[in-house]
Amino acid sequence: MKMNGQVIVIPELKNGNFASVIKMVNKNGGNAVLSSSPSSLKYADKVILAGVGSFDYAMKAINDEWIDPLNFAVFEQKIPILGICLGLHIMCKDSEEGELPGLGWIDAHVKRFKFNSEDNLKIPHMGWNTIEVIRNNPLLDRDVGEQRFYFAHSYYLECNDVEDIISVTDYGSSFASAIRRENIFGVQFHPEKSHRFGMSLINKFINFES
Amino acid sequence: MLKHRVIPTLLIKNEGLVKTYKFADPKYVGDPINAIHIFNEKEVDELIVLDIEASKANREINFSLIEKIAGECFMPLCYGGGIRTLEQAQRLFTIGVEKICLQTAVFDNLDIISELAEKFGSQAILLSIDIKRNWYGKPEIYSAARKKTIKEPWKEFIENAILAGAGEIVLNSVNNDGTMLGMDFELIEEVSKDVSIPLIAIGGVSSLDDIKKATDVGADAVGVGAFFVFHGKHRAVLITYPNYHELEKLWIQE
Repeated sequence: MKMNGQVIVIPELKNGNFASVIKMVNKNGGNAVLSSSPSSLKYADKVILAGVGSFDYAMKAINDEWIDPLNFAVFEQKIPILGICLGLHIMCKDSEEGELPGLGWIDAHVKRFKFNSEDNLKIPHMGWNTIEVIRNNPLLDRDVGEQRFYFAHSYYLECNDVEDIISVTDYGSSFASAIRRENIFGVQFHPEKSHRFGMSLINKFINFES
Repeated sequence: MLKHRVIPTLLIKNEGLVKTYKFADPKYVGDPINAIHIFNEKEVDELIVLDIEASKANREINFSLIEKIAGECFMPLCYGGGIRTLEQAQRLFTIGVEKICLQTAVFDNLDIISELAEKFGSQAILLSIDIKRNWYGKPEIYSAARKKTIKEPWKEFIENAILAGAGEIVLNSVNNDGTMLGMDFELIEEVSKDVSIPLIAIGGVSSLDDIKKATDVGADAVGVGAFFVFHGKHRAVLITYPNYHELEKLWIQE
């Protein structure tokens, strides 16, 4: 039974602020389904992993019920999945923010920003920053002039495989702002808070066909 | 490169958008949903919405209005006014608010910041601090809800809030609020020296140059009220926001 429009399942991990993501998905012709039940993945055309809080908090919530159904959806069914900010972090091997291991889908470690006082850079990295798209990919156009997104994070990805990186951003030094490995996508910034730039990305994700 | 945010700061009283003058005489300006709709079209960097009645009147937060406001925004929305509990915070995040701003609750109990930061993440918890210069020009903490100054030394207060886990500081100048006669740049500079987290400065913006100057002296972002809401010397209501290139130009000669 296929519903009209793409069904985008958003796992309801506790404490999340999903309203903005849901709004943006629906505005782009998707059917956002916020679900606390992993069985909803059966109907998913795509999945978005979003949420706030801390790494361990999110991993605990995933480990409770979601981990097996998610692994099945992502690796057996090859359902496209997009991780946003913390959602991206939990896809990695581990994080300096927490003790628990991550999902390990991406060969990367999550590290905390560390700056010298002379750098005059504050943590968190908070506000609008530009991205540089370094690899062709379905979510972000290349060579279209400035693209900017809203960032709000104290931790970033250190990728072991550069092939995974699709865009980089400067804050102190260069870090991966967007990654992709086959059907797994992740963005460090918040497309749901990045008006037309975010709309374009979410639109492309919804319409992406593997 | 990380841009300096320019943030329309809107005040709400009784469901209406208002503008104050030196934190007094709120004047009705219009329908908040309409203003936010316009700001959303103009793709503003971020929005701050403050309910200036909630704490004073010990009223519950107007969740339905905020939900309507959040429904209009595809950029970060920060809400402040009457937040005292984790349940209220959770409800605000659920309806689409990205960050919450606290003041009165923090005067009563600094720990509320750590409780909220632990649960929702530091970056979502902002401390709002209003500073009023006394007769000698000395800065003092002002409680907007209680309409009086607080004895506690302001530097310590800010430091404690940061240690407790506040993610950003929203600094407002009571003396300059609504005047459109310029910001208290000395105050911004002094505060920014001690603040290791992002600092949003508000109060008195009269021009785009003021915005640039505020960031020159240490603000990471600038909140703007009257300047984006009034036009001309008769303060006719007109919602404006500079376009992206005007803002880009401000900081290009770095």
